[in-house]
Amino acid sequence: MIIKTKKTIPASEITDPHVFKERRKIIKALFALTAMGSGIAPVMAANKSRWADVPESSLSADLITTPSEIIENYTNYYEFSYNKHDSTKLAQHLPTDPWSVEISGEVEKSGTYYLEDILGQQALQEHIYRFRCVEAWSMVIPWVGFGLGDFLKKARPLSTAKFVKFTSVYQPEVMPRQKKDTLLEWPYSEGLRIDEAMHPLTLLAVGMYGDTMPKQNGAPLRLVVPWKYGFKSIKAIVKIELLKKAPNTSWNRFAPGEYGFYANVNPNVPHPRWSQNSERLLGSGFFTPRRETELFNGYGEQVAGLYKDMNLQHFF
Amino acid sequence: MKFNQLKPGILIACWLPLLWLLLDIILDNLGGNAVQAVHIRLGDWSLRFLCVVLAITPIQTMTNWRGMSEYRRMFGLFTFIYATLHLLAYLVLDHYLVWSIIATDILESSYIWFGIAAYLIILALAVTTPKWVVKLMGKDWKKLHRFIYFAAGAAIMHYFWQLKGNLAEPLFYLSIIILLLGFRMLVSFKNRVINRLMLPRGRR
Repeated sequence: MIIKTKKTIPASEITDPHVFKERRKIIKALFALTAMGSGIAPVMAANKSRWADVPESSLSADLITTPSEIIENYTNYYEFSYNKHDSTKLAQHLPTDPWSVEISGEVEKSGTYYLEDILGQQALQEHIYRFRCVEAWSMVIPWVGFGLGDFLKKARPLSTAKFVKFTSVYQPEVMPRQKKDTLLEWPYSEGLRIDEAMHPLTLLAVGMYGDTMPKQNGAPLRLVVPWKYGFKSIKAIVKIELLKKAPNTSWNRFAPGEYGFYANVNPNVPHPRWSQNSERLLGSGFFTPRRETELFNGYGEQVAGLYKDMNLQHFF
Repeated sequence: MKFNQLKPGILIACWLPLLWLLLDIILDNLGGNAVQAVHIRLGDWSLRFLCVVLAITPIQTMTNWRGMSEYRRMFGLFTFIYATLHLLAYLVLDHYLVWSIIATDILESSYIWFGIAAYLIILALAVTTPKWVVKLMGKDWKKLHRFIYFAAGAAIMHYFWQLKGNLAEPLFYLSIIILLLGFRMLVSFKNRVINRLMLPRGRR
């Protein structure tokens, strides 16, 4: 089944990646000369790209991707810091190898699996998806991953499994906000309805831009649900449980009136304190108007059916 | 110390944050969301100048340095200048004057309402700056300019109301404003008590 969306970002909205890279080269040279402090601490990419040759998914949208340097240096990772710059730096301390994931609950075959073993069983693909943050900015990211549904099927979910709960790693030794126990209840957790989890667009991602996942972007294993606000796409997953009832989720528990369980991207349902009608597409320059946010982040053709009879104002 | 001699230096210093911002824009040094970085930088500086304005009276009271009230005007105008740039950045840099999107954004974003309230007050204070307007307004001028505390309150709410939960920065400004306002209230309370004590016994 090929589900391609025709909507693309006009080329005029985006800085040409080559121009962007050239400009950064000049700037870096300037910094080297003047030894001035930089607002961005670029994280060096590894020399070899582990997944440079994975095939492209038919679900990929034909979009210009956001420069990796922006994706890698603009992340919310509240376990480390509330500040996007510091969280990128601090996330480098998270040990991610070896990594194992527990799958349990309403399944026939529960167990704990090493990530490397899972990778041996799953066909990786590149998926170019839009990513829309609840803070009204967005990116286009070339994820490398496999379908969450394909992974869940291996554990043979029971018919009683109605929801899926995901739990992030708990590592207070390297995660300062967990150690201080501030803001959210740690570890971070998220949830999906089973039909959302089985949807072909929903991914477990292990990399981006043809390489392994940078730590600040959720290494080694994260969820990607492109039609929902970014906070649903939980990072550094260690546990997946299939449940009979809807699980508590981190942001929903912190402010239930502001962050719903569904958190579907919807320009018609503003956050109580700010509009969700438009977004800043990162990489687009000054004097470029904001992009008008699309219902389900532009994935309506594929996912609107999941919410056919639901009042989206109420189930936000 | 004569403050008048410092005036040109202080005037230049007030433009430095803007120069610094322009430099960061040219050097592409504002991170992945440069538009938002510009918003925050300009808003922060407007709020900082506002705090400086409010700090002048307490400093004068404590140090007996005179001639500072002249700088209050200048810092007040810089509060207005940076607030105006902040607003222009929103309208032009971010939205490129696409009014349909701007209208929805303002209508649905309550944090922006606080920003607008703060700006309207600061605008009213700025246009009543010229000396002939001060003369013309007489006692009303002082009454109007007391609204600066509402501007400060609204500006801080504007900051608080757009964050997801990490409130350190607006809390910092809030504590400064409370400190400065508290100092004034303490002084005026003390003056009232002293005035009362100075009255003849029967009229106390």
